[in-house]
Amino acid sequence: MDKETKKVLFEPLVDNNPITLQVLGVCSALAVTSQMSTSLIMALALTSVTACSSAAISAVRQHTPSSIRIIVQMIIIASLVIVVDQLLKAFAFDVSKKLSVFVGLIITNCIVMGRAEAYAMKNPPLQSFLDGIGNGMGYSLILIMVAAFRETLGSGKLLGFEVLPLVKDGGWYIPNGLMLLPPSAFFIIGLIIWGFRTWKPNQVERNEFKIMSISHGEGGHH
Amino acid sequence: MEAYISLFVKAIFIENLALSFFLGMCTFLAVSKKISTAMGLGIAVMVVQTLTVPANNFIYQTLLKEDALAWLGVTGVDLSFLSLLSCIGMIAAIVQILEMTLDKFFPALYNALGIFLPLITVNCAILAGSLFMIERDYNFSESVVYGVGSGFGWALAITVMAGVREKLKYSDIPTALQGLGITFITAGLMSLGFMAFSGIQL
Repeated sequence: MDKETKKVLFEPLVDNNPITLQVLGVCSALAVTSQMSTSLIMALALTSVTACSSAAISAVRQHTPSSIRIIVQMIIIASLVIVVDQLLKAFAFDVSKKLSVFVGLIITNCIVMGRAEAYAMKNPPLQSFLDGIGNGMGYSLILIMVAAFRETLGSGKLLGFEVLPLVKDGGWYIPNGLMLLPPSAFFIIGLIIWGFRTWKPNQVERNEFKIMSISHGEGGHH
Repeated sequence: MEAYISLFVKAIFIENLALSFFLGMCTFLAVSKKISTAMGLGIAVMVVQTLTVPANNFIYQTLLKEDALAWLGVTGVDLSFLSLLSCIGMIAAIVQILEMTLDKFFPALYNALGIFLPLITVNCAILAGSLFMIERDYNFSESVVYGVGSGFGWALAITVMAGVREKLKYSDIPTALQGLGITFITAGLMSLGFMAFSGIQL
């Protein structure tokens, strides 16, 4: 594996993560993470759609006039999502019921569109495919982290296996109901971003203003 | 009538698209720095949502739904798998037409809302409104109420969020939490507030 491929594939994991740094595709990352199984399926669906759509868009990029490129991208993405949606309905009906509209919402997931615009329109198909996989993995990483917290703390189980024995089954853990509700997803992603940025300080957003310390008497006037 | 009021309130508060389904989060986080811009985007979303949900409902009920083509004398056809494609096409078309109409007839309004319209095509709250409408099988009048309500709920959430973020400027936040991190936590607290509506039965 040469250096370029490695960069395309692994940079989106931490250094340029689509969710924590580029703020793309947050909607579904929050909504499907109350259970590990749904998050895994969602991660897989998104990664395959991003990879395939990037490859397809990149393959036709020289024949697409720029005035209609958004529509072309939309149609390619929408068709791929329909395929994924139908496959899920056929082979994993329960999960597809739980994911409800969120599979369809992959169409408007900014990661897919964002990679198509930013990368696939300028690079050859194979690299775009890898770029799609890389960004899909960055998304999956966050999804899996959030889901691991939410499912373990919220219901004491992970993928249906008991991790923390619950009080009602004779164990010691009292499940935290909040973890299964929407707000917890916001908190966990907020904390993950905090962690990432403490680890990689160059990702910190600078404030456009500074709070002056009031201990200096002549602070405000110049 | 009561059913409609109940649906309206539910769409605004209990099933708020932004805070309980996390929809339109990308724009919700990116455009909520100032109250005035947030409100502009909120109103644009509301207008588009009010137009697209009923329009998609009409297409779905008359063309795509199972046996919907009965009025043509065709039975046993189920085109509902095309609904994703038709919804997103419809939304893109309506946004485009709205943009052109505003530009031609209401230049003042176009200047205020125009920059937000292209953003709206890829706002998942809009597509989700139509998909929820399909999933819950609303009829036409329900879809009008749901469109207005869910759009208003989203506008409310983003305006309130912008208000909080404007005040947040004065607080001393740990360096690594600044910007996106604290915004997520604020959104979490707001979502917690909106959860309080969930016990209301109308």
